[in-house]
Amino acid sequence: MTEYLFIVLSAIFINNFIVARFLGICPFLGVSKQVETATGMGMAVTFVMALASGITYWIQKVLVVLDIEFLRTITFILVIAVLVQFVEMVIKKSSPVLYQALGIYLPLITTNCAVLGVTIINVDENYNFLQSVVNGIGGALGFSLLLILFAGIRERLAFAPLPKAIEGIPIALITAGLISIAFLGFSGFDLAALLGL
Amino acid sequence: MTKWQIFKNGVFNENPTFRLVLGMCPTLAVTTAMVNGLGMGIATTLVLTGSNVIIALLRKVIPKEIRIPAYIVVIATFTTIIDKTMAASMPDLHRVLGIFIPLIVVNCIVLARAEAFASKHNALDAAVDGLGMGMGFTLALTLLSSIRELVGTGTLLKATDFGFEGFALFPEDLGAKLLILPPGAFITLGLLLAGINWLVARKEEKAHD
Repeated sequence: MTEYLFIVLSAIFINNFIVARFLGICPFLGVSKQVETATGMGMAVTFVMALASGITYWIQKVLVVLDIEFLRTITFILVIAVLVQFVEMVIKKSSPVLYQALGIYLPLITTNCAVLGVTIINVDENYNFLQSVVNGIGGALGFSLLLILFAGIRERLAFAPLPKAIEGIPIALITAGLISIAFLGFSGFDLAALLGL
Repeated sequence: MTKWQIFKNGVFNENPTFRLVLGMCPTLAVTTAMVNGLGMGIATTLVLTGSNVIIALLRKVIPKEIRIPAYIVVIATFTTIIDKTMAASMPDLHRVLGIFIPLIVVNCIVLARAEAFASKHNALDAAVDGLGMGMGFTLALTLLSSIRELVGTGTLLKATDFGFEGFALFPEDLGAKLLILPPGAFITLGLLLAGINWLVARKEEKAHD
């Protein structure tokens, strides 16, 4: 159990997808203007990343058996694209309210590099099935946490009197840099010792 | 548009990093040293040019409804070729760039050019566009990584893969370590973008007067 806790905590705080690994920066800058949309995006990404981690684990097994591991990138991205399409259809049928809320963000998840990134990290780290899924959920939670925190700051930033040149993306990046410094503090934690691993 | 205009457009007017703000993940992640920035830029340029040409050649064959998956397959093919070639010929650089080489597949610049340019132009124009956009991206990455490497470590162009120790301009102890850590990526790019916005605004103002 502590092993899974270790994966989740390090994916959220120490190897955070946005401020430490630099995965998923496009949606991080793109859909972080309001807390509400950021929350919706976070939920959708968490769902897709957990599913993608689980499914690609078995796909990788098949690729190894057939000795065609070089096709990893191409199969993973296609699986993710199909998965996103599938999730979109299921949500549309089962919960129109959630579909309304997530609507436009769903198709964008295909090109979110956090999703493809986590599946490749799972393979590189040799995670087993459960570890992969847990890593997917942990990574997505870290992504969502940062997205929501950042959206909260940007809502205020919209009213700040700034020089014209620094408005928009430049100040967003500098703000993200300051958040990143704060998160750098977590990298000093010896999580393994803390959890008694 | 002439070929030169298409090329120039990619490098300056519509620079993917500084003007369109696309492909941020590799831009922030790999620019800790100049050789990494250059390597990532060139790898992306090759994928971009290759996929642009193939997509332009196939533009009348690919059905409109399934064009995006078709583009992704073409892009993924070129990414795999580059990934395996780099792993064989430049193992150190390949290890440093890590998962960002396979992640060229989801670099928005590549898909954006396929959709916005290659699907509407002939193969030669598409090749020039891919080269121009790729050069623009490489230029941006090189600029960002040279600032981060120099200020962060005091050395420039250190490349272990090619047995080059780099130009040591000042002792490493005096370097601002923060710049080669993740926060340095965000802050340097933010300031660089602000500077470029300011320059562009000033140029436009002058043209207006």
